[in-house]
Amino acid sequence: MADRLHVGTRKGLFELAHRKGAWDVVDAHFLGDPVSAVLPDADATLYAALDLGHFGAKLWRRDRAGAWSERAVPTFPPKPDDAGDDPHPWSLGKIWALEPGGVAGRLWVGTMPGGLFRSDDGGASWSLNDALWRMPERRQWMGVAGGEQPGINSVLVDPRDPADIRVGVSSAGMWASTDTGASWRLINRGMYAEYMPPERREDPIAQDVHRLARCAAHPEIVWCQHHNGVFRSEDAGANWRETTAIRPSKFGFAVAAHPSDPDTAWFVPAIKDERRVPVDGKLVVARTRDGGRSFEVLSKGLPQRHAYDLVWRHALAVDASGERLALGSTSGGLWISEDGGDSWTMPDARLPPIAVVRFAET
Amino acid sequence: MPTVSFTSALQRFLPTPSAQVAGTRVADALAAVFSSQPKLRGYVLDDQGALRRHVAVYVNGRPVSDRVALTDAIGPHDEIFVFQALSGG
Repeated sequence: MADRLHVGTRKGLFELAHRKGAWDVVDAHFLGDPVSAVLPDADATLYAALDLGHFGAKLWRRDRAGAWSERAVPTFPPKPDDAGDDPHPWSLGKIWALEPGGVAGRLWVGTMPGGLFRSDDGGASWSLNDALWRMPERRQWMGVAGGEQPGINSVLVDPRDPADIRVGVSSAGMWASTDTGASWRLINRGMYAEYMPPERREDPIAQDVHRLARCAAHPEIVWCQHHNGVFRSEDAGANWRETTAIRPSKFGFAVAAHPSDPDTAWFVPAIKDERRVPVDGKLVVARTRDGGRSFEVLSKGLPQRHAYDLVWRHALAVDASGERLALGSTSGGLWISEDGGDSWTMPDARLPPIAVVRFAET
Repeated sequence: MPTVSFTSALQRFLPTPSAQVAGTRVADALAAVFSSQPKLRGYVLDDQGALRRHVAVYVNGRPVSDRVALTDAIGPHDEIFVFQALSGG
């Protein structure tokens, strides 16, 4: 199991290690700076994306020897004259998704305001994916989080084929490329958007995909925590079926897919929309082990009285064993499970609001 | 030549010594500094070259009027100061 956990927060990146049967914070990096994404890469390097309030988005990398250095950040090209009516800014807001590309040195970055970027040299340089950014439909992408900017929250690279990329967008459905991003298609069918006018309810581009998670051993299985429901696809995101058994509620942000069992996934439900807090003040994890036909509500070790912890899109993680999970909240709560979610323990730490948790497998 | 100075808040991320640079507009002076410290550009300007929303530039104690193209005129004895506008918590 993964013995190292990275927790990106509003006030720094915290590193935890599992030693003598317990988890403990062993280091704090970028203390005071907001961390928006983190990636422990397979070559034992660590990437951290910062979202500096004054000075913009930054990317840092820690090498195998433990030394941090600033890398390049993705930047948008000069806005052309014919893009004057583009509703979205041509300037990097923040790095929201950061994923390995399945090829040595390759990284994909999903951003606000919706640009997808690729690096083939470990973040030394970046190129905007023009095909997706310049698609006319991109101007229909809706902004999230009270802002005007849409965001690419999930980048799924097929473990069998690094040319097969799927991205989830808040709020514009799921887009797929099978040619390393040279061309794109809006693929998601079967979702519905309660918040849209009736005639647009089932429009694929109107779907607010909060987060996508894919079963590594069965990449055709993809789970989606959507704004108004939990959905499952058995064909890598083309067709979706709602899993109405989710409880105690169908709203949430995070989802984690079991790395080898295609029928197991975890969610963190909350009261929808206007409130965005756990149902009845009880923080719980919903787990299905039968492909979404039924869910168990897991609460052992999680706060069950006056808990107003919300769990963001990237703040639920499972390691490669499928047994160890981590959960981080907007109240700075961090819980770790060693038994697939049956029970949870809290390390000795009171952390800042958590944006992302991620295990390091190497 | 005009002098460009930066808030000490930037020193956490990269070296930003004061510099005397040539230029008749704020944009020229900043570009001269960025040519010797390219990473600094992204801390001060956005991707389109406008001032970041939460960064302020003052000339002789007064805020620049053009935050997009930084066309404010500067003279050889002017002092340009780059610092963070208040934000965050």
